[in-house]
Amino acid sequence: MHIVTFTRSTPDTTAKVEVNGKGEVTWGDAATVVNPWDEYSLEEAIVQAKNVGGKATVIAIGTEMHNEALKHSLAMGLDAAVRVWSDGLDVTDSLHWATAAAAAVNKVGDVGLVIFGKESVDTGTDQHIYQTARKLGWTMLSYVAKILELDAANKTIKVEKVLEGGKQVLTAKLPAVISVMKGINEPRYPSFIGIRKASKAEIPVWSLSDLGVTLPAASTQLVGYSNLPVQEVVTEIIDGATPQEKAEKLVEKLLEAKVL
Amino acid sequence: MAVQTSHTPLMLTITEEHEMLLNAVRDFAQKEIVPIAEKFDESGDFPMDTIKKMAGMGLMGIEVPEEYGGAGMDVLAYVLALTEIAKADASHSTIMSVNNSLYCNGIMLFGTEEQKQKWVKPVASGEKIGAYSLTEPMSGSDAATMASRAVLNAAGTHYIINGRKSWVTSGPVADYIVLFTMTDPSKGSKGISAFLIDANQKGLIRGKKEPKLGIRASATSEIIFEDYECPVENLLGKEGDGFKIAMSVLDAGRIGIAAQALGIAEAAYEKAVAYARERQAFGQAIGQFQMIQQKIADMKTRIEAARHLIYNACLAKMRYKATGARYTLEASMAKLFASETAMFVTDEALQIHGGMGYSKEMPLERYYRDARITRIYEGTSEIQRMVIARNELGMR
Repeated sequence: MHIVTFTRSTPDTTAKVEVNGKGEVTWGDAATVVNPWDEYSLEEAIVQAKNVGGKATVIAIGTEMHNEALKHSLAMGLDAAVRVWSDGLDVTDSLHWATAAAAAVNKVGDVGLVIFGKESVDTGTDQHIYQTARKLGWTMLSYVAKILELDAANKTIKVEKVLEGGKQVLTAKLPAVISVMKGINEPRYPSFIGIRKASKAEIPVWSLSDLGVTLPAASTQLVGYSNLPVQEVVTEIIDGATPQEKAEKLVEKLLEAKVL
Repeated sequence: MAVQTSHTPLMLTITEEHEMLLNAVRDFAQKEIVPIAEKFDESGDFPMDTIKKMAGMGLMGIEVPEEYGGAGMDVLAYVLALTEIAKADASHSTIMSVNNSLYCNGIMLFGTEEQKQKWVKPVASGEKIGAYSLTEPMSGSDAATMASRAVLNAAGTHYIINGRKSWVTSGPVADYIVLFTMTDPSKGSKGISAFLIDANQKGLIRGKKEPKLGIRASATSEIIFEDYECPVENLLGKEGDGFKIAMSVLDAGRIGIAAQALGIAEAAYEKAVAYARERQAFGQAIGQFQMIQQKIADMKTRIEAARHLIYNACLAKMRYKATGARYTLEASMAKLFASETAMFVTDEALQIHGGMGYSKEMPLERYYRDARITRIYEGTSEIQRMVIARNELGMR
C-alpha cells in the first residue's frame, strides 16, 4: 500500500511577511521552511508506511521553491518526492490545487491513505484538504490526533479525532484522506545520511498534461494583497499611592473600556 | 584563499548538502538545545536526552564512513555542524567534539579493521559515548611525564593498567575511552602507548566530577585504573605509538575547538548587535555611539578572520587526505585565533550589555565562562604559539 502526503515551503514563522510596493507578498531574506503542520504528516507517513510495509511519497504543488520542502522530506526518510507544476496553475485557488492533487494521487497508484497536516501556515487555509478528498471521492477524517490502527489487508483505518471538549474514535474504509494535529507524533530531524541522499536527489516534475487533467475555471479571483492596518498602541502607567488604589483605578478603566 | 602547497584546493565549496546540513543542525540546536542550555549549565548534569537525539541525526560520527556507523561527510560539514551546536550551547559541542575528533578519528586513523568495527561503530552511531584520556593530575601539556603505567602480564595476553587520569571529558558517562598511558617510562614520550578501554569493566573507577567555571554540562572527571586488565588486541597502533597518535588526533581536535570557539563568539556577537540596536541611552540606540560601533566592528572582523583560518585548516586537512602532509600548523593557528576571538567577543558583548550582561537572566555570562576553556584544552594558547613558532623557525 502506498501512503501519500503533501507539503509546501512556507516563509519561516518568525519572518516578517509583508506586501511590497508592487503589491507582492515578501518576507525579506528570511528562509523558507517546511509548512510546520506538515512536519507531523510527514512523520506519520514514514511511520505508517513502515508499519504496513508500504511506501511513502511526498508531493508538493507549485514552483521550484517547494523543492526545498521536498528535499527536507526526503532527508527525513520519505521514499519518494514529486513536484506538480504547469504554467497557469493557480495555487491560491484551492479548487485548482485539489484538482491537481487528486490527479497526482491517482497517478502514484495503489494509494490507501493520504495524510495532510492540519493546515497551510502561509495562507492559513485547509479547504484544499477537503476538496482533495472530494475530488478523489474518498472518506475524509479531519483533526486526527492518533491513528489507532491501519489495516492494509482489510482496508480499514481506526483513528482518534479531536473534538471541541472531547475526542471521537472512528473506523473508516480505505482509501481515505486524513488531516493530522500537532502532537500525533514527535517529528524526527533529518539524519545526515538522509541529507546526503536528498541533496543528490532529482525531483521529478509532473505537469498537468502528465496527470491528464484540465483545470476547472478559476473559482476565486485574486484582487490584490494589502498589509494589515497598523494598530496604534497607547501605553498608560497607572499611578496610585498603594497597590490597592492602583488596582481600583485599573478596574475602573477596564470597566470603562468594556473589557470587564 | 592563499595556501601553502600546490596540492591544496584553492576553494572550499559549500554544497547543497552542506546547506541542508546547516539548516537541519541550526533548526535542531535552536529548538532542542537553546531552551535547556541554562538549566544544564546550572545543574551541571549531563544532557543525555539531547546528546542521544544528536546521535540519531548523525552528529556523533560526521566524518566516519557509513560502513562504520557514521555520516560519511567531510571536515567542512563537521565544522559547520559543530559551530551551530556551540552557538546554542558550548557543553553540547564539547561532548560532540570529543566523540568525533578525538575518539572516532583516532581509531579511524590508527585502528585495525576489527577495532574500527568494534569500537567506532557503536560510538559513531550514537549507541555508546566515547572519551579521550591523555591528561593526568601532574601531567598536562608535558605528556611525557605521565605517571600511569601499562605493564604486559607474564602470559602476554593482557596489559595491566594502573594510575590516575584527570580532566576526562564525558568521563562520568563514557562507555569507551581511548587511553594514553606509559608502557616504557625510560623512553619518555616515545614510551607512551594508546589503548581502547571498555569503561564498564572491572578495574576502572570513575573519580570525582570536576566543578568547572564553564561548559558545566559536559561532565568531566578523573578516571582511576586499579589493575585494569586490557586485552592485547586493544592496543591502538604499536607500543610506543601513543604520543604520535595523541598529537595527530589533536590536529583534528583543534579544528573542532576552533569551530566551537567560533560558535560561542557568534552567539555572543548576535546578542550584542541586537542589544546595540534596541537599547536606548541618552535618547538614542546605544549602537549610535562610536565606542559601541568600534566594539561591533572589531568583533565582526575577528569573527570573520577566525572563520577563514578555520576554513584554511579544513583545506589543509583535505590536503592531508590527498597527500598525507600534516596540518598541525593550520589547525594550531585556527585554534589559537578562534579561542582568543571567543574570549574577546564574549567579553565585549557582555560589556555592551552592561549589568544585564553580568546577570544570569541573559546568556552572556555563560558565553563568557564557556569561552574560557577554549584557550586551555586540546593545547593551551601558549602551546599553540610554541607549535606555530617552532614550525616557522624549523626548531623542534
